[in-house]
Amino acid sequence: MGTILKDYSYTPAKVKRGYSGKSLYINVSDLSIEQKEITDFMKEKFTGGKGFDLWYLWHAVTPETRWDSPENEIVMSVGPIGGITQYAGTGKTLVCSISPLTDMPIDSNVGGYFGPLLKFSGWDAFELQGKSEKEILIFIDGNNGRIQIEEAEDLPEDAHLLAEELTKKYAENEDDMVNISVVCTGSVAKHAYMGMLNFSFYDPRRKVCRFKQAARGGLGTILHDKKVKALVVKYRGVKPNLNDAADISTINKVGVKYHKEMHDLDHKQNKMRQIGTANTIMIMSQYDLLPTRNFQMGGDPETVKISPQVFIEEWLTQGLHDGCWYGCTMSCAKCADHFLLTTGPYAGQRVTVDGPEYECAAGLGANLGVFDPQAILEENFYCDTYGIDLISFATCTAFIMECYQRGQITREQMGGLDLRFGNSQAVLELMHLMSRGEGFGKIAGLGIRKLKKVFVEEFGADPQLLQDIGMEVKGLEYSEYAHKESLAQQGGFAMAIKGPQHDEAWLIFMDMVNKQLPTFEDKANALYYFPMFRTWFGLVGLCKLPWNDIVPADNYKTDSPAKVPEHVQNYVDLFNAVTGRNIDKEELIIQSERVYQFQRVFNVRMGKGERKDDYAPYRSLGPVTREEYLSRQELYDKQLRDFQQLDPETMDLDEKIAATRRYREDQYEQLMDAVYRRRGWTENGIPTPERLKEIGMDLPELLEVIEPKL
Amino acid sequence: MIKVNTEDFPWHPGMTVRALLDEKLFTFRHIIVRVNGEFVPEEDYEKQLIQDGDDVLVLHLMAGG
Ligand code: SF4
Repeated sequence: MGTILKDYSYTPAKVKRGYSGKSLYINVSDLSIEQKEITDFMKEKFTGGKGFDLWYLWHAVTPETRWDSPENEIVMSVGPIGGITQYAGTGKTLVCSISPLTDMPIDSNVGGYFGPLLKFSGWDAFELQGKSEKEILIFIDGNNGRIQIEEAEDLPEDAHLLAEELTKKYAENEDDMVNISVVCTGSVAKHAYMGMLNFSFYDPRRKVCRFKQAARGGLGTILHDKKVKALVVKYRGVKPNLNDAADISTINKVGVKYHKEMHDLDHKQNKMRQIGTANTIMIMSQYDLLPTRNFQMGGDPETVKISPQVFIEEWLTQGLHDGCWYGCTMSCAKCADHFLLTTGPYAGQRVTVDGPEYECAAGLGANLGVFDPQAILEENFYCDTYGIDLISFATCTAFIMECYQRGQITREQMGGLDLRFGNSQAVLELMHLMSRGEGFGKIAGLGIRKLKKVFVEEFGADPQLLQDIGMEVKGLEYSEYAHKESLAQQGGFAMAIKGPQHDEAWLIFMDMVNKQLPTFEDKANALYYFPMFRTWFGLVGLCKLPWNDIVPADNYKTDSPAKVPEHVQNYVDLFNAVTGRNIDKEELIIQSERVYQFQRVFNVRMGKGERKDDYAPYRSLGPVTREEYLSRQELYDKQLRDFQQLDPETMDLDEKIAATRRYREDQYEQLMDAVYRRRGWTENGIPTPERLKEIGMDLPELLEVIEPKL
Repeated sequence: MIKVNTEDFPWHPGMTVRALLDEKLFTFRHIIVRVNGEFVPEEDYEKQLIQDGDDVLVLHLMAGG
């Protein structure tokens, strides 16, 4: 037991209609602890989850605040539906902070038990501010109403060891271990801007701590900077109606209907229960959407070596219920058990690897040219235990590899690392170096935006090429979908509010394959509806996957199958049944838009959130290099003829590349205009006072930020 | 010539829905097919013939990621 620095007692608030009505504030600079009221104003304007996080963060920071300023906060909240156990995907927590990669708010959505157990311990939200002098850990005992801050002495750095040690430490016995959840990062957070947060849940059959990640934007780096080694919550007694729902029978009814759908249809649809999100690897490759070798191509014949079938048959344990919160029958959190590590500090040990999820197999696999399932699983394990955001790591490493292979940087400049595409041993060595803060590992951990500067200024690389092939917007690395042939998705990534993550919109099939979005206005409508709809998951505590990774058998009969109308109605019913309110599907979108527009204004307040911040690197829009053009020459030549009335027979390759670029960049500008209009923004991307008024968000503090920009 | 998702695509005699899906490399399983607005159930893909001039919609149901 470390020295107790603070012992605080409180009376845990009972949850009523989905809210405990209290939030917890801890300042680790002076170890002060406060309780705050969740007001009706907050519920009305911000709903919960990310809404609450951003509202608190807004009041904590100033435009000058940076990620490592003491006033920066890590804020987390699970939302009013979070913690029910009758429907799938109801345990998601939203975490927000000012990011070291983007210098503006980042949000990350995470499973694991922490958020729901925190709410049942009496706290709808948790603000962590300040910087501790010593390394500490914070323990919240929700049954006994106690918070202890103690010195974190002699604890391991890496997540799989740390979470296990803390889970054992705070559990009374083995049965009690499921009642504990740990939030921690790993050894990389000390040295890199892409440190993430692991949220644990104990798996009693495997007898290990499993993890979900609040991965994006460097949240783990911030936790480490605050010298907080871990947050631990303990709450015994999870049961179906801890949310004190207004109408439990509706919740039960909607839940039973959904679980039956899962039972009857999952094996015919996406097989989420067998393989999880990695089910789409082959499909993405076949449709030219699997980012390959730094998004140069959209697939590779070798993808078959990392196909879902290979993972199912050779690596992933089947038949276990793998939900990251109680009641999730989608159960997609798959594991490779007894996996033998061959590199790094744990070489020779057998471990349980959580995953691989799609992003892992695509990012650490195809995008690095690694088509070896064993290497991918080892990379996956080390990303998790070191606390690395694997998406940022993968996209950043793919960029480094391409820079190396195009002669922009040398092996010597990388400290001897031979980071060729496909060299998984070099990738793993890079991770190990990053975890120790040594050599090129420390430089790589800066992320693409800062690396571009280093490569240009110190290594003499070509700035235009690096700008074109560095897959980041706003400072955040792209998530793992190739999308050159979908203009709507180009916007879905580059105009996403926190940076290019697909959790706002995934429109590639609707746009590129189904051709359902032929005009700029159609695309703009989709880039209004889907980001707003999907924002809502993060306000109320839901996982996105059960929305459309399975759909009702008669979904095709509806007029908008992509929206999965029956599931949207389920969500409306669940929200009303928990909170006792009476929203409909239109009000659901407005609830989201209030937070969405707030976040955009928050970006503006931090000096971002304008048109200049929404431009994509050209690799996102079209073929940068001759090889890329030639790989799809027939298509690109046809587009020159059809869209620009040019004759490719009379043009040389460089002229064709330049003409394609001019056209595509112009299309993207037109898309921005249409999307900004649809979202109620000025031509410069600033939310207008009129739009804020329409949705009831014309708050004085927001108007004060936008008025000088109008 | 037929239309597939609003774009021209060459037609040939004897073209079934399954043959069209294969030719278009539409390997994603979670799709809806409509020929001239009429829904075609999956069990009919092998036998349903497509006629010259037909308007075919192959909706891929993934708005996910
Ligand atoms: S669908 Fe998967 S990620 Fe979502 S809650 Fe269920 S197990 Fe967790």
